[in-house]
Amino acid sequence: MLSFVAQRVVKGVIVLLAIVVLNFFLIRLAPGDPAVVMAGEAGASDQVFVQQLREKFGLDKPLPEQLFIYVKGIATLDLGFSFRQQAPVSKLILERLPATLLLTLTAFAISLALGVLFGTFAARFAGTFLDTAITIFALIFYAMPIFWVALMGILLFSVAVDWLPSFGYETVGANLTGLAHLIDVAKHLIMPAMTLGLFFMATYTRMTRASMLEVKRLDFVKTARAKGLPDAVIQRRHVLRNALLPVVTLAGVHAGTLIGGAVITETVFAWPGIGRLMYDALLQRDYNLLLGVFVTCSVMVLIFNLITDLVYRLVDPRIEFAA
Amino acid sequence: MKQFWKSMLKSPSGVIGLVILLLAISVAVFGPLLFPNSPWRMVQRPFLPPFMLSTVPLGTDALGRDVFAGMIFGARVSLLVGLVSTLVALVVGVPIGAMAGYFGGKVDDALMRFTEFFQTIPSFALAIVLVAILQPSIYSIVASIAVVSWPPVARLVRGEVLSLRTREYVQAAVVTGQSNTWIILREILPNALSPVIVLASLMVATAILLESSLSFLGLGDPNLISWGYMVGAGRTVIRQAWWITVFPGVAILISVLGLNLIGEGLNDALNPRLSREGR
Repeated sequence: MLSFVAQRVVKGVIVLLAIVVLNFFLIRLAPGDPAVVMAGEAGASDQVFVQQLREKFGLDKPLPEQLFIYVKGIATLDLGFSFRQQAPVSKLILERLPATLLLTLTAFAISLALGVLFGTFAARFAGTFLDTAITIFALIFYAMPIFWVALMGILLFSVAVDWLPSFGYETVGANLTGLAHLIDVAKHLIMPAMTLGLFFMATYTRMTRASMLEVKRLDFVKTARAKGLPDAVIQRRHVLRNALLPVVTLAGVHAGTLIGGAVITETVFAWPGIGRLMYDALLQRDYNLLLGVFVTCSVMVLIFNLITDLVYRLVDPRIEFAA
Repeated sequence: MKQFWKSMLKSPSGVIGLVILLLAISVAVFGPLLFPNSPWRMVQRPFLPPFMLSTVPLGTDALGRDVFAGMIFGARVSLLVGLVSTLVALVVGVPIGAMAGYFGGKVDDALMRFTEFFQTIPSFALAIVLVAILQPSIYSIVASIAVVSWPPVARLVRGEVLSLRTREYVQAAVVTGQSNTWIILREILPNALSPVIVLASLMVATAILLESSLSFLGLGDPNLISWGYMVGAGRTVIRQAWWITVFPGVAILISVLGLNLIGEGLNDALNPRLSREGR
């Protein structure tokens, strides 16, 4: 178990290093001399200042040395400075990270719970009206762009009926505390989390349905039936547990898509997370901040993948924790 | 081929999907000829609601531009970006997967690590960064969508090649001294085609969604109107004018749905064994 985790962590660090190197070259692909760009972002562009920037960030040194400086900076959590926002990039990101984690994890929990539930129902009643209805709904949600779902949610629940707030993390100026504050945040969270969750719910529904139908025909299910186990036990202990394996794999694969969806969702709902920060950086062409958020997203995906790998091994009765 | 169309037309999802795709393609090709209103020109007063004037059936946006015209011209961008970026992704992914599967060993290891790396990077975030840095244009959009969507192709092709290369007819080709390139191109890849076609149809759908999301964020080609851009532009006035955001979104939904249905239909038609078992 431990050696397995260690192995995965080492692999993750190598991938992260590769992403950082990619990042380094991407920032140099950005139009113009980085020092001039930075000076422009800071609102001044005289020669002396540009030269100072060049020296400060080691831009006058050879490329390999610059790369080394860059990697060393990231290793110490220094993601550079955002001249537009006049703050270190890592500070800006750390401030926004909790909101994004809250949003993505809630959306993930909703999508997984509902997706497995609907998928199980569809498989249980395969071929009936219920199955067809669930399958059609899943197909439609799977084809809707997230930003559009978000806007339709606002039209329905904030404009047509005034049930849910259409933007932000909490009611501005309300200064609520304790339980009232929690409820306020939860109200703001429902629409973004549902929006982000619906697309993934559709994928998990389809996957759970397909994989349950697949497992149902296998010999060990027949054996369980022959043993005279009650149907509910067979469905839960034998079919569902095995059918969940591809769903867990899919969840790992989707980590990156989930973060990408968060960028869109946070933008529409003005949710103060790193996705919204990425959009702001985009609008202002703040490349340091943009790439800082990109690295952070990659780290989140790596961590999420590590967790799904561990869960996979917990769910799969066949795999032992030997590395 | 006849057999293929027969089974394709037997699957309801395939038929619905084909109808939708044909409709979308004809709108993209002939629409701008039949409906020459420029999507950028002001044709009526701003915020004209839909179904009021037959000349502007879906109303106008905040600048008095024709929403219907925008949707017709937007079909071109969506379909074009979807198809071309998928083609580029295939051009990158198929050779990588084929080489990994055929040569095995160190080549396989290296190519698969490379593929996994690209699969780990959050794809939409990478696409945003790439388009922002290369500057938004139809080329940078196609390129960045291709960059984030080739890895599944490579993995799929590798798996197929891995199982095909041990077949007797491939070994016969090896024994008769055919070159590796010849064997991969003429003996192996044609037999690995069907799952790739299914995947490609789904990739076009994903590419359309990606393009619309990029345009929505303001990263679309500034010279081309697209559905995502229209929704993005209508977002701020959604309380006054719902139609500006609703209609282009429906267009995206229907095209993506159509392509996904085609993917299912193709899957039924090309892998009949698999689909029968699934039921």
